[in-house]
Amino acid sequence: MKRRDMLTSLGVAIAAAPAARLIANEMQGFPHDMALDQAFMPKPASSDGKYQVLTREIDRRTIAAVFDRLIPEDALGPSATQAGCVTFLDGQLAGAFGMGATLYRAGPKAVGEDALMQKPQFIATPRERYETGLRALEAYAQRTHKASFSDLDAQQQDAILAGMEKGSIELAPEVNTQAFFELMLANAREGYFADPMYGGNKDMAGWKMIGFPGARYDYRLYADRTGEDLGLEPVSLIPKA
Amino acid sequence: MANKRPKADVVIVGLGWSGSLMAEELTRAGLNVVAIDRGPWIDTSTHTPPAVDPDELRWGQRKEMLAPPRDNTVTFRNHDGQDAAPLRDYGIFELGAGVGGAGYHWAGMAWRFSPWDFQVRSRTIERYGRAKAQDGEMQLQDWGVTYDDLEPFYDQWERIAGISGKAGNIKGKIDAAGNVFEGPRSRDYPTPKLKTLRIMELFNKATTDMGLHPFTIPCANISEPYTNPLGVTMGACTYCGFCLAYGCGNFSKSSPQACIFPVLVRRPNFQIITKSCVTKVNKAADGKTVTGVTFADEHGRTWEQPADIVCLTAFQVDNVRILLNSGIGKTYDPRSGTGTIGRNFSFQTVSGADMWFEDEQINPFIGTGGLGSQIDDYNGDNFDHSKLDFIGGAGMLTLARDGAPIAKANALPQGSPRWGAGFKKAYAKYYRNYGTIFNQGCSMPVKAATLDLDPTYRDKFGVPLLRLTYDYAQSDRNMAKFTMDRAVEIAREMGAAHVSGFNFADKAFSTAVIASDHVIGGAVMGDDPATSAVNPWLQSWDAHNLFVVGASAFPNNAGYNPTGTVGALAIRTAQAIHQNYVRNPAPLA
Repeated sequence: MKRRDMLTSLGVAIAAAPAARLIANEMQGFPHDMALDQAFMPKPASSDGKYQVLTREIDRRTIAAVFDRLIPEDALGPSATQAGCVTFLDGQLAGAFGMGATLYRAGPKAVGEDALMQKPQFIATPRERYETGLRALEAYAQRTHKASFSDLDAQQQDAILAGMEKGSIELAPEVNTQAFFELMLANAREGYFADPMYGGNKDMAGWKMIGFPGARYDYRLYADRTGEDLGLEPVSLIPKA
Repeated sequence: MANKRPKADVVIVGLGWSGSLMAEELTRAGLNVVAIDRGPWIDTSTHTPPAVDPDELRWGQRKEMLAPPRDNTVTFRNHDGQDAAPLRDYGIFELGAGVGGAGYHWAGMAWRFSPWDFQVRSRTIERYGRAKAQDGEMQLQDWGVTYDDLEPFYDQWERIAGISGKAGNIKGKIDAAGNVFEGPRSRDYPTPKLKTLRIMELFNKATTDMGLHPFTIPCANISEPYTNPLGVTMGACTYCGFCLAYGCGNFSKSSPQACIFPVLVRRPNFQIITKSCVTKVNKAADGKTVTGVTFADEHGRTWEQPADIVCLTAFQVDNVRILLNSGIGKTYDPRSGTGTIGRNFSFQTVSGADMWFEDEQINPFIGTGGLGSQIDDYNGDNFDHSKLDFIGGAGMLTLARDGAPIAKANALPQGSPRWGAGFKKAYAKYYRNYGTIFNQGCSMPVKAATLDLDPTYRDKFGVPLLRLTYDYAQSDRNMAKFTMDRAVEIAREMGAAHVSGFNFADKAFSTAVIASDHVIGGAVMGDDPATSAVNPWLQSWDAHNLFVVGASAFPNNAGYNPTGTVGALAIRTAQAIHQNYVRNPAPLA
């Protein structure tokens, strides 16, 4: 570039008319449409009682049994399934999370990848991992106890879950058992503590258990009352949770 | 063949903090500016109002406000004897998914670096001798700017962003109500510091009793209504705690949207092209300049945007990747120490202590993304290192950020059950009794660290991914251990019944382990073209009409969050362009 070209260009810049609109995403001026972008609204769990991903009853029974050992019913609150966590999981697996929509899934998956990253990584989607994982867990129960996982007693279920957590049990060669346990634990907790609009945390039971006031947006009235039990009732993003 | 757009005076690549600050300066000076951003247009009231924002699952866990790794990830290995693997899920790279960049979802800690951070090499040699600065592993180099050079631009950025804080040093006059260790400021913050919440009260008392110097972290979650010099008005923060990884629905977290866009986007000499990804800067035949950029729109069509001046203002890793994919400059070779593109990646060396009380009401749900108390007694060179086996230190802070209940379910005293009735019992008690001390440690560059192009993995356009080779400097590891021990002492002094020290630097670094999201370097600034990619005006040594702006320019990372320094550098560069460069388009002296 010659210096003179540059100066010429800069000189005419201010007078130059804005370029013609050439491509779809060209913006000039502030957008006039100030309405809420509907594409940005949250997508609540389906409330028609139909399952979209967990369509096999045996899978639902297995995951329900697992979830209710991870978060059992007691004086502090309902169990995970009572709070809606299976409905929650189905909704999540039916959406972007289940499809692994945000993951980089291009191969190859290298042999030492997980050790290098210090974290297991997957090309499989969470939906696929649940499908193989739940079937492998049921097959494991049949193999070791000649019964469905959901029909085992709490102690037997806990022993299997603890083995999965520690890595002392391998459900099947194609299942990263420890990682599958962590996936189920993470999703159970999410269902129990996420906004009720996603199908779990029924009656905001998870939030009441710990004292989280939910989707509140202004604590200025309370911020100076440090160290006090404020006794705030939780609120959800949906008016009736 | 590429479609060609009309020529612009300046093309801005990435409309985050750097891009929007520069665009504001340059359009105000009358230049015709086109900004190209990979993400869509998003704004506070239309996309993240209070009816959408307080949703931990969606923003905190699913991270919908971040650019997905699917589109834009980095491969990683610890050393060059390994094959790098792509980071497949979210990790330490928290790029924005729309206009505003990471400036839309950031937490809001609004720091200046200390004077020492810009001159680590020369000041270490001066105080401790050459051996301490040249340990064979670290690759220290001064920035070519000093704190004093940057002070007016820090001040300007704080005014635009409305930062809330209390000065500890105004023109050399020390005030113990602020940070007594900070560099001299020309004036106080534009808005007063935020409230002191419960965990901060405990931290402030303990550290004061220990002879340390606590102060409130300067925040971009602002304390009172404020109108900035551009005429844009912000509202007071409501302490809702939905900040980091969230958009603010309240116009009270400083962001390009809240502070700049209302003015910038209305200017007739400014255009934005959204959902369009710049893949390359185009070199001129003369070998000394560039002619513009090539980008792909959302339909995959290729476009050329010619411009007299190109400003790369994308996230750190993207700035470096675009340079490498454009063949601009020489790629850094760690064996010979030559080349500059990809040199001096650094991170943030993090340790600290988690603590649990028995009968507190921390009320963690009241907070703001950047709020907390900090001590700088063990940061930078604020303490004597002559008998220590490291340089630098950490900002040691306690967070009053959020009470996000899914994330906090992991924060239980050691030995607590992670599931079952025992988990419920522990969490019901300790949710309101948990606190943390986070040591945000400096990160010193090492010779062996590189950013180059991955030979195997590509993005959806078929463009090679960036490959990171990195592990912590031993000096940083020693620093993290030292500051972890101090954090444990403070936590005990605060009266915690259970204290667990943690140290991310006691094992190998990994991009999947989210110790921090502050990634730095790769196109660093300096006054020597042999060791820096850009000069102290962030002007490429290899093409004088190319400016590479952002944390990619930091030769080392400080014990503070980077955004304030990113903002100050961007304003300084933009002013150099319209005050000097356009009159004499040549390397700036």
